[in-house]
Amino acid sequence: MNIIVCLKQVPGTTDVKIDPETNTLRREGIENVVNPFDTYALEEGVRLRERFGGRVTVISMGPPQAEDMLREAVSCGADEAILISDRAFAGSDTLATSYTLSCAVNKIGDYDLVICGRQTIDGDTGQVGPELSEVLGLPFVAYVSKITEVADGKMVLERMVEDGHEVIETPLPAVITVVKEINVPRLPSLRGITKAKRAEIPVWTAADLGVDEGRVGLTGSATWVVEIFFPKRVHQGEMLEGDPDSQVDTLIEKLRELKIA
Amino acid sequence: MSIRIEIEQCTGCGSCVDVCPFGIIEIVDDIAQIGEGCNLCGACRDACTFEAIIIEVPVEAAPADDAYRGVWVYAEQQDGQLKGVSYELLSKGRELADTLGTELCAVCFGHNVADVSRLAAYGADRVFLIDDPALAKQQEDIYAAELVRLIRENKPEIVLAGATSFGRAFFPRVAAVLKTGLTADCTGLEIDPETGLLRQTRPTFGGNIMATILCRTRRPQMSTVRPRVFKRNTPDKTRQGEIIKVDFDKERVTARTRLLDFVRDLTERVKLEDADIIVSGGRGLGKPENFDVIRALANALGAAVGSSRPPVDEGWIPYAHQVGQTGKTVCPKLYIACGISGAVQHLAGMQTADIIVAINNDPNAPIFEVATYGLVGDLFKIVPLLTERLKGGQ
Ligand SMILES: Cc1cc2nc3c(=O)[nH]c(=O)nc-3n(C[C@H](O)[C@H](O)[C@H](O)COP(=O)(O)OP(=O)(O)OC[C@H]3O[C@@H](n4cnc5c(N)ncnc54)[C@H](O)[C@@H]3O)c2cc1C
Ligand SMILES: Nc1ncnc2c1ncn2[C@@H]1O[C@H](COP(=O)(O)O)[C@@H](O)[C@H]1O
Repeated sequence: MNIIVCLKQVPGTTDVKIDPETNTLRREGIENVVNPFDTYALEEGVRLRERFGGRVTVISMGPPQAEDMLREAVSCGADEAILISDRAFAGSDTLATSYTLSCAVNKIGDYDLVICGRQTIDGDTGQVGPELSEVLGLPFVAYVSKITEVADGKMVLERMVEDGHEVIETPLPAVITVVKEINVPRLPSLRGITKAKRAEIPVWTAADLGVDEGRVGLTGSATWVVEIFFPKRVHQGEMLEGDPDSQVDTLIEKLRELKIA
Repeated sequence: MSIRIEIEQCTGCGSCVDVCPFGIIEIVDDIAQIGEGCNLCGACRDACTFEAIIIEVPVEAAPADDAYRGVWVYAEQQDGQLKGVSYELLSKGRELADTLGTELCAVCFGHNVADVSRLAAYGADRVFLIDDPALAKQQEDIYAAELVRLIRENKPEIVLAGATSFGRAFFPRVAAVLKTGLTADCTGLEIDPETGLLRQTRPTFGGNIMATILCRTRRPQMSTVRPRVFKRNTPDKTRQGEIIKVDFDKERVTARTRLLDFVRDLTERVKLEDADIIVSGGRGLGKPENFDVIRALANALGAAVGSSRPPVDEGWIPYAHQVGQTGKTVCPKLYIACGISGAVQHLAGMQTADIIVAINNDPNAPIFEVATYGLVGDLFKIVPLLTERLKGGQ
């Protein structure tokens, strides 16, 4: 079973703190990591390979620094890693990203499953997986929490929805996104680390992929960020003083006034 | 589009470095340098007092197609019941349509969906309805294909859907086929008075930053919105809408994926999104049994039980109870947070509640910044006391 896993490199924390005086970002010590949700995608890919054989190829579209993350993926069990990097890809929205990733998936060819994370922690849209499936013209299942069966070109999955889970059957090849309930990602193995050090990570550019230039980067993006601002929190609340007894008294009084309690 | 630094103008002051949400600007030899990963958001340009940062917007090759008119809301149903988010979107959609001077339509797919007429009461001028037994269960493949077809035939300029688990999985596929833009999880939607474009505002970086996004040239402009983000209007029962029954052509579209079974999560008796009162517990509870303290207060108030993420991660309570960025967005009349510090990711899911009560023994916990009423103290003293009083009806 050949599997392609899509990984994105993101800032290691979304806890960017805002300097209240200057209203600007404090970003000391932010380092880049694998998007947390994508580690589950990688782990599931590796587990499927362990069960059924085949290869796990990880791909990431991003700046040259993303190579480190791809090496890490190899140390955690990926067979090969490809970096998709070109200035022409800068400023991609989910539409352009999914198109670019689809070109890489098609170039890799021979695959049975594409796995994405449920969403990224920076862009946070969760759109790249479903959009990618549509560009590739493949069936799609989101929020997969368990892969129960793979046989005869079909796969049975469980997926999480608001009030429970659905059991779904899909033909292969397919695109899925996974949630963190699906597994516990492993740490890099010693063998993996050695392998990762030696691994060759090819860089595929726009030309290598033969992309339609009108569909990548900013030109290929439909949405444009036109403004960025920090949400303001004005505190208008009231602290209820005293010992627990009087705090609770005051609270109940307030709630009664509001006709809630 | 491109960005460049006017070397003459740049003083190397670094104010751009501080505001860059991606942290990719560096000062090299007293001149700002923009690294890879720039998405031209313009934060640095706005912060630069020397007008040294220039973003060039090329004249757009293809202007948007004027033939696209009208605002559409995808009205999601499950088992024949319309979801609340549909009414919230119609209320917002009405406002957008009125500003644009155009019509508002709802689109609904399903079988024997109850109360379709309510879509008009909430503002729809017309309702496109595909009613077929084959569509009784949400069939993403078919729904996506049929929505694409209706959009191509009718050319609406704006299409909105709920950011439910279904909406977030199927709406991007529609956008991808139409090769248009989609903005996820919007918290603000308004019409730009000058251009008539839809200004879509959404939180990114876990709610730390708000971004306003435009879809300039492609149509339709599409957004998803989480349940309970917009308020619904009072329905006008006298309002009549036209219901247009659209045929479903079984031969043409088939579903590739098959729903074999649905297993309901029995632990979730009260739906968080619909609850008027929510009592939530956080890591401050210390251990799973202590959720009983929260449940007792919730019972006394007729409230639903929520949670921050750590108790869910620890397995104290199922994921269905999680409130926040990666859980549910709720907007109850009253939200009581017990032993929750108030991390941005948690606030992202509950800060629009009408009244927020915070109980926490750390007076510096950020939750107090959003709390209407803050109680500094031990939750194990305060919460049982509160429960007792409420039960005693004093
Ligand atoms: C990508 C991402 C997504 C996330 N999504 C979510 C999300 O959806 N929802 C979410 O909630 N979090 C989310 N988080 C986690 C979030 O950053 C915080 O870690 C989390 O909200 C903290 O939970 P907490 O307040 O329960 O725990 P803590 O921050 O540990 O706070 C516990 C609080 O309890 C107080 N306390 C302790 N004992 C007592 C006592 N006896 N009486 C009174 N008070 C007491 C403490 O003072 C403290 O303030 C996310 C994080 C990331 C990176
Ligand atoms: N630049 C990228 N390179 C590789 N995979 C990506 C990229 N962007 C998004 N993805 C994948 O798509 C998923 C959803 O991303 P998003 O739509 O940005 O929330 C991620 O979890 C990744 O698996």
